[in-house]
Amino acid sequence: MWDYSDKVMDHFRNPRNVGKIDEPDGSGTVGSLACGDALTLMFQLDENGRISEARFQTFGCASAIASSSALTEMLIGKSIEEAEKITNRDIADFLGGLPDQKMHCSVMGREALEMAIHNYRTGETVMKQLDDHIVCTCFGISENEIRRIVIENNITNIEDVTNYCKAGGGCGMCRSDIQKIIDKVQEERSHKPAPAVPTQPRPLTNLQKIKMIEEVVEREIRPRLQKDGGDIDLIDIVGNQVIIAFRGMCAGCQSSAFTRHDFIEAKLREFVASDIVVTEEGKED
Amino acid sequence: MKTVYLDNNATTCIAPEVRQAMEPYFNEKYGNPSSMHAFGGEIARDIRKAREKVAALINADPSEIIFTSCGTESDNMAIHGCCDLMGPGTKIITSRVEHPAVLGPCRHQREAGFSLFELPVDHQGHLDMDAYRELLKSEGRKLVSIMWANNETGVIFPLKKIAVLAKEAGAIIHTDAVQIAGKLPIDVKKVPVDMLSISGHKIHAPKGIGFLYVRRGTRMKTFMIGGHQESGRRGGTENVPYIVGMGAAAELAMQNIEAEKSKVAHLRDKLEQGLLTTCPDTRVNGDPDARLPNTSNISFEFIEGEAILYHLSDRGICASTGSACAAGSLEPSHVIRAMGVPFTAVHGSVRFSLSRYTTAEEIAYVLSEVPPVIRKLRDLSPFSKDSMPPLEL
Ligand SMILES: Cc1ncc(COP(=O)(O)O)c(C=O)c1O
Repeated sequence: MWDYSDKVMDHFRNPRNVGKIDEPDGSGTVGSLACGDALTLMFQLDENGRISEARFQTFGCASAIASSSALTEMLIGKSIEEAEKITNRDIADFLGGLPDQKMHCSVMGREALEMAIHNYRTGETVMKQLDDHIVCTCFGISENEIRRIVIENNITNIEDVTNYCKAGGGCGMCRSDIQKIIDKVQEERSHKPAPAVPTQPRPLTNLQKIKMIEEVVEREIRPRLQKDGGDIDLIDIVGNQVIIAFRGMCAGCQSSAFTRHDFIEAKLREFVASDIVVTEEGKED
Repeated sequence: MKTVYLDNNATTCIAPEVRQAMEPYFNEKYGNPSSMHAFGGEIARDIRKAREKVAALINADPSEIIFTSCGTESDNMAIHGCCDLMGPGTKIITSRVEHPAVLGPCRHQREAGFSLFELPVDHQGHLDMDAYRELLKSEGRKLVSIMWANNETGVIFPLKKIAVLAKEAGAIIHTDAVQIAGKLPIDVKKVPVDMLSISGHKIHAPKGIGFLYVRRGTRMKTFMIGGHQESGRRGGTENVPYIVGMGAAAELAMQNIEAEKSKVAHLRDKLEQGLLTTCPDTRVNGDPDARLPNTSNISFEFIEGEAILYHLSDRGICASTGSACAAGSLEPSHVIRAMGVPFTAVHGSVRFSLSRYTTAEEIAYVLSEVPPVIRKLRDLSPFSKDSMPPLEL
């Protein structure tokens, strides 16, 4: 038998938040019957943009069920941006650890979460991976996915890659490719003395950043301004600089500088990135 | 909580009679059977008696029995011992559903230059006999190693036919009889195999003892080289208490073989029928009409075996699964997959294997405990009928 922690066994025996949400804000399914485990994760946000309800359905072993259940508990009360920061390590740690060979269960949780957030943001039900190619054809694991797991979990050998995401655990043909990815990550690490366990959120791509800024404007900012008869337009996004124009009552409002700085910029810093600067079109700060 | 042990294909309890028979050899009877004094000579006599009992179980001559440390050693001895003598170029014919104790040595020999053929099975677990006949027609030396009964499904291969065909083709044939031993009669006078492996712990002897039957006249290289023990065919001072235990277990097995067929099969059928009627979306893996009397391999669709086993374990019930997760591997059972069982059912396969010690009360208890577990896990599964998400399978 596996050496499962008491917490794993508790979540397995008494899974929390089982089931579906009728009209979820975000929903993600990963895995398949063929792979031997699958997870559907759904969440609902409250009016403050925090996760008020999270539910799951899992096909899989005891630790897959426990990881899913743990994840729902971790999610409730978090904003999307906070939820997004959850790594597979966090799920395993929450459970008091998982056996090495079962770490892929925690990775499945993180992937479902990612998928559900993607679904929330875009409405899409699959995530397209551009510039990525499948390394492990048996389990359909891509290079980026392996890279990410190697980096986030500080992995140095093929066995752990297999434990964490199954890659290399089928026919074994891709094992030399996996080794190359590990070598490359280690080489990159030795060049720049990055923190030993880089569990920081990945830097956002420009596209992701723009998307997130738009969302926050729609969800957090515009409704508030409209309540006061005002509005804003997003004019441009250059690096960390967000250029806006005030409309309606806001245009020419005495306190528009205050609104820009203490409300819009604060919101964007909270939800997107801490270095965002908001400027008004045609005005120097 | 009481333990209900339905995992007898994995291992069995040591019969009280066996333990009793072994006891003196841990105490006063510690002599070396090779010694030139009565204290040791007496032990040699006891080993001889055990050898006779073991030979009787399969209707062999005692001189054809080589005691080994386990079923795995017997299989290795047979395959490596023959291959070493037959030399590269020999074809090895086996099946896809063998135990790793056979598949492992065969694949090892392939690395050494032998050609290996693994025969497929159909969806009921039956061997592809046409493919087998074809292979036997080919030129050159051939070694066949095909199991008699499968450990996971209990499916029985027509070994008499398989052995007769092998002999007609001039091949050497070994069979892994580990699972059939003690459950159905074995007669090497009627089934012309050259070698046959048996393991003690599957027939209520302790773990760590087995034997290989080698028909007189079969040539093979000594696998464990050392002293003159076992007529020079396996060196090493005999594991006296275990050999005596093996003899006692063989004797008991012969006495109980009828009970296995009637009583054990009856309870197994009751269990299987009960589960099939109380749990929807279940299927039996393996041909129900050509199976060991004690084995039932059932797939509970849409749920995963390890999760089932942990819940059963919480209720004191011991069984096993072909699911990948439980084995610590990522691939589910090679036996279940070789049979082409659909993916919806592969990971949820559970094997219940009974013994002559299983009682009707135990089966009733299992029948009351399993359905709620299955329901609980199905409620959790995204694949249950009422909640199938749009997934590419
Ligand atoms: C068919 C078969 N062959 C061989 C073995 C190996 O026997 P042992 O455990 O004694 O090495 C087993 C036991 O698991 C078995 O079921």
